[in-house]
Amino acid sequence: MSLTPDEVKTIARLARLAIGEQDIQQYARNLSRILEFVAQLDQADTRDVVPMAHPLDMAQRLRSDVVSETDQRDLFQQNAPQVQAGLYIVPKVIE
Amino acid sequence: MEWETVIGLEIHTQLLTKSKIFSGASTAFGAPPNTQACLVDLGYPGVLPVLNHEAVRMAVKFGVAIGAQVAERSVFARKNYFYPDLPKGYQISQYELPVVSKGSVEIELEDGTSKRIGITRAHLEEDAGKSLHEGFEGVSGIDLNRAGTPLLEIVSEPDMRSAREAVAYMKKIHSLVRYLDICDGNMQEGSFRCDANVSVRRKGEAKYGTRAELKNINSFHFVEKAIEYEIARQIELLEGGGKVVQETRLYDSKKNETRSMRSKEEANDYRYFPDPDLLPLVIEPAFIEAVRKTLPELPDAKKQRFAEHYCLSSYDASLLTASRALADYYEAVVKAVGGEPKLCANWVMGELAAALNRDNKEITESPVSAAVLAGLIKRVLDNTVSGKLAKDVFEAMWAGEGDADAVIGKRGLKQITDSSAIEKIIDEVMAVNPEQLTGYRGGKDKLFAFFVGQVMKASKGKANPQQVNELLKRKLAG
Repeated sequence: MSLTPDEVKTIARLARLAIGEQDIQQYARNLSRILEFVAQLDQADTRDVVPMAHPLDMAQRLRSDVVSETDQRDLFQQNAPQVQAGLYIVPKVIE
Repeated sequence: MEWETVIGLEIHTQLLTKSKIFSGASTAFGAPPNTQACLVDLGYPGVLPVLNHEAVRMAVKFGVAIGAQVAERSVFARKNYFYPDLPKGYQISQYELPVVSKGSVEIELEDGTSKRIGITRAHLEEDAGKSLHEGFEGVSGIDLNRAGTPLLEIVSEPDMRSAREAVAYMKKIHSLVRYLDICDGNMQEGSFRCDANVSVRRKGEAKYGTRAELKNINSFHFVEKAIEYEIARQIELLEGGGKVVQETRLYDSKKNETRSMRSKEEANDYRYFPDPDLLPLVIEPAFIEAVRKTLPELPDAKKQRFAEHYCLSSYDASLLTASRALADYYEAVVKAVGGEPKLCANWVMGELAAALNRDNKEITESPVSAAVLAGLIKRVLDNTVSGKLAKDVFEAMWAGEGDADAVIGKRGLKQITDSSAIEKIIDEVMAVNPEQLTGYRGGKDKLFAFFVGQVMKASKGKANPQQVNELLKRKLAG
């Protein structure tokens, strides 16, 4: 399993990571080696194994439908770089 | 060249829970921005989602209502993408193992036949926040109150073959979720949203054409318009030798056109994987059975019962069962009147529906209650008020002037059924119209209508029309 430089660029873009052109070869090599390592699992016979969604053999517990949170907007917005009229302000996004 | 359209719909319904799907923040609509967004909704580090029991119950209720399989074990997954109104960088959704799968509903086509539309799956997920662009220069404002609101995404099979069928299906689901009381169906507030996958292929071809996804169309009317525009666009493209690109398109209702939003292949790499923060959702068969017992009478069954029990046409029965509240109102009227289902249906679908429509009110907001409307219908039946004046009485009741008896009394609209009183009016009319009387007696039969009109006018519309007819005939004959 070997990743191409283009695939590395796609993965970086999906993860919103900026990587230098000069580093792409090295990322491709390292990521490929990780994939090769994991690929060893392909040799295991999994015909009768039910896919596992979670390592804990337990079921999700549910909470009752009760409003338990109060408005703490002012506190939370202290962490935001910019707010206006109660809104979080971000660089313009429009499709 | 004959083309066939293939349509599948994805409908997002906001579930009517009080709190969010994974947090204890309120889901109430219309709060000031970000006052209902807690640490879990904001995606702060170290928080854990805990699933809302009520959201699960509602999903199960939908599942049993459409005869679907309710999974005893389903799994939540992360759908990864970056957008500022999605604070975690992923949406918690369900992917490989949804809570509901393989159901169906019946839609009625215009020719009166019905068609089964398959529902591939319905899964639980969280809604995103809202991005606001208007009124900002170079930036966007983010309101995360909606983030974490529970959604049931209902995905149909590509079973629809026209825009009309798609609208019929959408209306069906809309009616169903409201009957089930799991979604308020408010399209303006975004509680009920629809994406349409549309493709065309040559008639007879087995393979589907390349589809475009039309996003967020929030009215029945626009769904029809958007799909029709898109079908025409794709056919024109193909007949001109072009190719349809798989992409997301946005419908612009002002221009009535769809336009490309983003290329799907590029944006589509969501890299789903099971959410390690959530354990598998296990639903016991006993729970499913308990929910099944809470199902109300569903639209199809109610419609059939109305048609049979009240001897209504299929059309009338459809209209009256469009919502549970309207059906309940109608039945309350019939019960209070003590019969006359057709007359009651005419009033509910006629005067009442027109007034609701005119004032943009829901049936639950009607100023005229079922009991009050029934009171008026009874006065029509016992001849206290004529059918014509009853409409004026209705408008007065609508305006808050009291019940039928109060309005009839106050306005003096009581029908005159006393023969001697009517005869007196007739005598007066005959006395002041000697020419017409001579004319009539000389063979001008058409003048009869003139006398009816004059008598009704003289009685201010209150004389019983049947009695007027009978008495006039006798009197005019001399």
